[in-house]
Amino acid sequence: MAYVPLADQDDPHALHDPHSFITKYVWSQDHKVIAIQYGGTAIFVGLIALGLSILMRLQLGFPDSISWIDPAFYYQAVTMHGMIMVVYLLTALFLGGFGNYLIPLMCGTRDMVFPFLNMLSFWFYLLSVIILLASFFVTGGPAGAGWTLYAPQSITAGTPGSGGGMLLMLISLAVFIVAFTMGGLNYVTTILQARTRGMTLMRMPLSIWGIFTATVLGLFAFPALLVSAIMLGFDLVLGTSFFMPAMMQLGEQSTQDGGSPILFQHLFWFFGHPEVYIVALPAFGLVSDVIATHARKNIFGYRMMVWAIIAIGGLSFLVWAHHMYVSGMNPYFGFFFATTTLIIAVPTALKVYNWVLTLWQGNIRLNTPMLFAIGFIFTFVHGGLTGLFLGNVIIDVPLADTYFVVAHFHMVMGVSPVLVLYAALYHWYPKMTGRMYNETMGKVHFWCTFLGTYAIYLPMHYLGFLGVPRRYYEMGNTDFVPATAQALNANITIAAIFVATAQVLFFINIFMSLRKEKDAVGNPWGATTLEWQTPDTPPKHGNWGPELPTVYRWAYDYSVPGAKQDFIPQNEPGEEYEKTFHTRGHS
Amino acid sequence: MAIAVVLVLLVVGSVVFHFASPWWFTEIASNWANIDFTVNLTFWVTGFVFIAVNLFLAYSVYQYRQRKGEASKAVYEPENARLETGLTVITTLGVAALLAPGLFVWAQFVTVPEEASEFEAFASQWQWSFRYPGADGQLGTADIQHITETNPWGINPDDPNGQDDVVVKKPYMALSLNEPVKVLLRSRDVLHNYTVPHFRVKMDMVPGMVSYMWLEPTRTGVFDILCEQYCGLGHHIMRGRVEVMEPGDFQAWLANQPTFAETQARPAADVAAGQQSYVVCASCHGQNGEGNRALNAPALAGLQSWYIERQLRYYSEGVRGANPEDTTGQSMAPMANMVNSDAARRNVAAYIETLSGNDSAQTTISGDIDRGARIYSANCAACHGDDGRGSWATDAPALAGMDDWYLALQLDKYRSGIRGQHRDDDYGYQMTSMVKAMRTEEQQNDVIAYINSLR
Amino acid sequence: MSLYRQVTEKPWDQVGLPDGIEARPTFQVPDQKVALVLFVIVACVLFSLLTVSYYLRIAWGAGDWVPVSEPATLWVNTGVLVACSAVLQWSLIQARRQEAIRLTSMAGLLFLAGGLLTLVFIAGQYAAWQTLIGGGYTLQSNPANAFFYLLTGVHVLHLAGGLWVWTKALFRMSSGADAGDSRLSIELCTWYWHFLLLVWFGLFYVLSTT
Repeated sequence: MAYVPLADQDDPHALHDPHSFITKYVWSQDHKVIAIQYGGTAIFVGLIALGLSILMRLQLGFPDSISWIDPAFYYQAVTMHGMIMVVYLLTALFLGGFGNYLIPLMCGTRDMVFPFLNMLSFWFYLLSVIILLASFFVTGGPAGAGWTLYAPQSITAGTPGSGGGMLLMLISLAVFIVAFTMGGLNYVTTILQARTRGMTLMRMPLSIWGIFTATVLGLFAFPALLVSAIMLGFDLVLGTSFFMPAMMQLGEQSTQDGGSPILFQHLFWFFGHPEVYIVALPAFGLVSDVIATHARKNIFGYRMMVWAIIAIGGLSFLVWAHHMYVSGMNPYFGFFFATTTLIIAVPTALKVYNWVLTLWQGNIRLNTPMLFAIGFIFTFVHGGLTGLFLGNVIIDVPLADTYFVVAHFHMVMGVSPVLVLYAALYHWYPKMTGRMYNETMGKVHFWCTFLGTYAIYLPMHYLGFLGVPRRYYEMGNTDFVPATAQALNANITIAAIFVATAQVLFFINIFMSLRKEKDAVGNPWGATTLEWQTPDTPPKHGNWGPELPTVYRWAYDYSVPGAKQDFIPQNEPGEEYEKTFHTRGHS
Repeated sequence: MAIAVVLVLLVVGSVVFHFASPWWFTEIASNWANIDFTVNLTFWVTGFVFIAVNLFLAYSVYQYRQRKGEASKAVYEPENARLETGLTVITTLGVAALLAPGLFVWAQFVTVPEEASEFEAFASQWQWSFRYPGADGQLGTADIQHITETNPWGINPDDPNGQDDVVVKKPYMALSLNEPVKVLLRSRDVLHNYTVPHFRVKMDMVPGMVSYMWLEPTRTGVFDILCEQYCGLGHHIMRGRVEVMEPGDFQAWLANQPTFAETQARPAADVAAGQQSYVVCASCHGQNGEGNRALNAPALAGLQSWYIERQLRYYSEGVRGANPEDTTGQSMAPMANMVNSDAARRNVAAYIETLSGNDSAQTTISGDIDRGARIYSANCAACHGDDGRGSWATDAPALAGMDDWYLALQLDKYRSGIRGQHRDDDYGYQMTSMVKAMRTEEQQNDVIAYINSLR
Repeated sequence: MSLYRQVTEKPWDQVGLPDGIEARPTFQVPDQKVALVLFVIVACVLFSLLTVSYYLRIAWGAGDWVPVSEPATLWVNTGVLVACSAVLQWSLIQARRQEAIRLTSMAGLLFLAGGLLTLVFIAGQYAAWQTLIGGGYTLQSNPANAFFYLLTGVHVLHLAGGLWVWTKALFRMSSGADAGDSRLSIELCTWYWHFLLLVWFGLFYVLSTT
């Protein structure tokens, strides 16, 4: 008999259900287990990065509080915090975690099409994390080059951790990219090929659209990081000069010369900008589903939402040099990249309008996931609008490399996606565990996180207007930074510590709830999408019972006039006459 | 319910914070008021969107929330083509309204006026130096490969255009009021960035190429120059100052600076004359420059001549040793006046460089050498070198072989602000920051113990 | 249904099962082929970026580019790689004709030969490197040399990845796998080798014209 991948299996008896602990939880090829492995690892490194950010904030807010935060450590903390958060937490958690969990369930398959590759993807990811963390223990410490790793500074002696730490960082990134490519090929193939009966492209929930587009972006963008990492590694270890110009170090002429630092920046940002959307698009998708479910209303303008995701994904490859307006590149590029950058604001704004319009005339259930989703809209509007400052080339000139930039990107791709992550974790928690989380504790967690982060980042923009540069161990004496700025910094630090501490609530909540008896029904939210219609909660290996689900309608049949309930699951055939394919009368 | 109220409060709070914030752009000192205009324009447009979207969001949440005991149902409306098209058009118009003026001002930014004169800012880890065209109005060519201790700008010695270039080897420069200048930007090592917040404009300096920008100072004053492209360990201590002067004052200042040819034609130091001057020094610092702890006189042997010259000048000019709390420095200040000319300082410094010191000097401080080595190599070695021998390139004096009690004394002075705070101490301020790598006495002792092991 | 029509339909208007009761993958080919095509696109991006970097390093570098004089071995290697593709293609043609595919059958043997020839190509590339190193052209001596090693190295790495799949297919074939599976393996390998041959043509052209 020809081999049929698990994803396409109709008959559950063909499945080799794993029985031993090892095959079930360690060397598992089940997408749900891999998702949790990915998610757990990502959250673990994320906590390390969170800790590093608190140490940085302590240095900035209360400079003498910890004696061992020296300048070298500070810059290493800056670097590791940024790289971990962007790549090892957000990318891994959205795609490796939620992508893995939701794609087969939402598409109605039994697993990914290549389960072995999927497992391999996780183990490579874990390896990359281990290599990255190992760099904390090498001589000279981890890389301190800033997460952008700009050559030539990243691999020359004046930068902390420019030897072993930097090398491990580059190796870790290369391994991560291999892991991502294995996972990414899997996600895209599964979504394209293995959707169940009736699941047309436009019936897919927006989560899948977001994850799909982000994965495609990742597949095309990560090679740029791989190329720059390999070439930078060559310059570091083998003494080539791809990026290394002629320069002097401590009075000695370098042996490498002739390379182009600007080339590195182009390669890096050709990856780096799509990376923003690799994180943002899954967040857009997940939050859309959370909003629609808890507003009991179809997502407003579904088609526009899909097109916007695709348009943003495509445009994201044409805007990279807006990170380089003051890099010394040909200034005439500024006209092109400012235009493309501001064009991307249009589909992004439409997505925001549609989220708000989904709430409008909805029947809003203000529970924890919904609160996080609303918090996301507010935060994202704020972060998106400050992007209009930085994208508009001439306004970027005074603001580039100041705290305005730091505040902007933390709002738009730090806090916003994290709020979505929480919304999604609370939203899908009952499905993943079969238990309800504690609603009150969830709400308290939301208020602390949402208000706390705004207290961190709103004032930070104004330090940027003032002209306080980012990546400064301390401001030192200047004529233009008033003493009140230090007080502001201290307050920002207090808010940051508060937010970081509040995250304990989340962990208490999910672990305490895990110890309860199973109390969640299969579809506690009354949601329409397929993952809520599984015969078991949490879904068993193979996800579906003897038969794969059949999809009869789109993902957002909420509050349909004349329907018995305020939602109709996607696999609900409805009245007998509806089973045949036809166009509905009302619209 | 609460969330709707909080959203409204956040919107109101943000607007209030914006108008009440004492933290805002510095008072502009250049012609780039246009940039401030585009920023303000963007604020009005985005501020409107921020308020409108979030208030509508708050209203929707408030109005359409589920209420206890009330059955309500959402409206079924998959899409609304007219509304979506309308929003697209309005958004596009709004974006265009921001982009058009932005690009217009950017066009001004990339077009340097014909009449602009030039100057060069040259960055290195972690210092600034500057160069102005001489009488011929042209800067000579320069390249990394020409850089030596006496030609730190890398000016091509064979280029006749470069001979009359006015060179400034300190983090201080001047500009003439109301005269447009094109700033040529070069780097000796890694990426840097020339930023003066009051001028609004900034640009990276990239090794291997010359980047540029232009501006016209519009008010006199002294402004900070910062590096705003992360350039390694000393990024935050890479400071300079620019003074905008009346044209007459500027010309006078410029005339006071040496030309490149002058710096290259300096006569060699007269070691014999230096030896004669040293007689006075020897009474405290010893015949061999070995120092004398009882007299608070540190060893001098092993220090680079340029460092001694600079410190003698600082003592004479009151940059060092003038702080009332600096008791040991105060006793040095009058002594430095005995070699009160560039030539005399050069001679005595050259003589001191020949001294052998005392190899069997006692160490007085002990600590955990391994821990000290870690702190040293992470924070100190970037300037002072792995071997502690210092470097002219980073203006860092030798540490290896120096008296440990003296190192401790100076570190304490940097920490308490007794040394390095004077505005004309060109590099001392860097140590007032880097000394924070050793916040406790224990850490400082560890580092000094490690430096002791380097001799 | 065209992709354009699919993404412009109004999904809320349509209830029931379009296109009958069967699940329809987006592309009517095995999943492995879709994944391979995707991977080929990703590899294209990788090689394009390397090539772009190559030209930008020439344009933006400090004029220190000294073109490499390619060892003549490369022409021989090119011939070997063409032979690899041809043999694999032949193997595929055979595989389509054969009922069962054993390692010892015509298709199996040709498949084996294709992989072995690839090993010859890799050895040939290694010899070319040795020639260059012997001539004093090391990684450090010039960016053109560095790029030569980098580009050929990345290409060989891709072949090595292909050989890993090839080995697995050989093992399956020798343990009597299903003919359809073996046929698919042969087809995927053949496609992949053709792709890497095209990449090699491109790289060889780029390397020898600058």
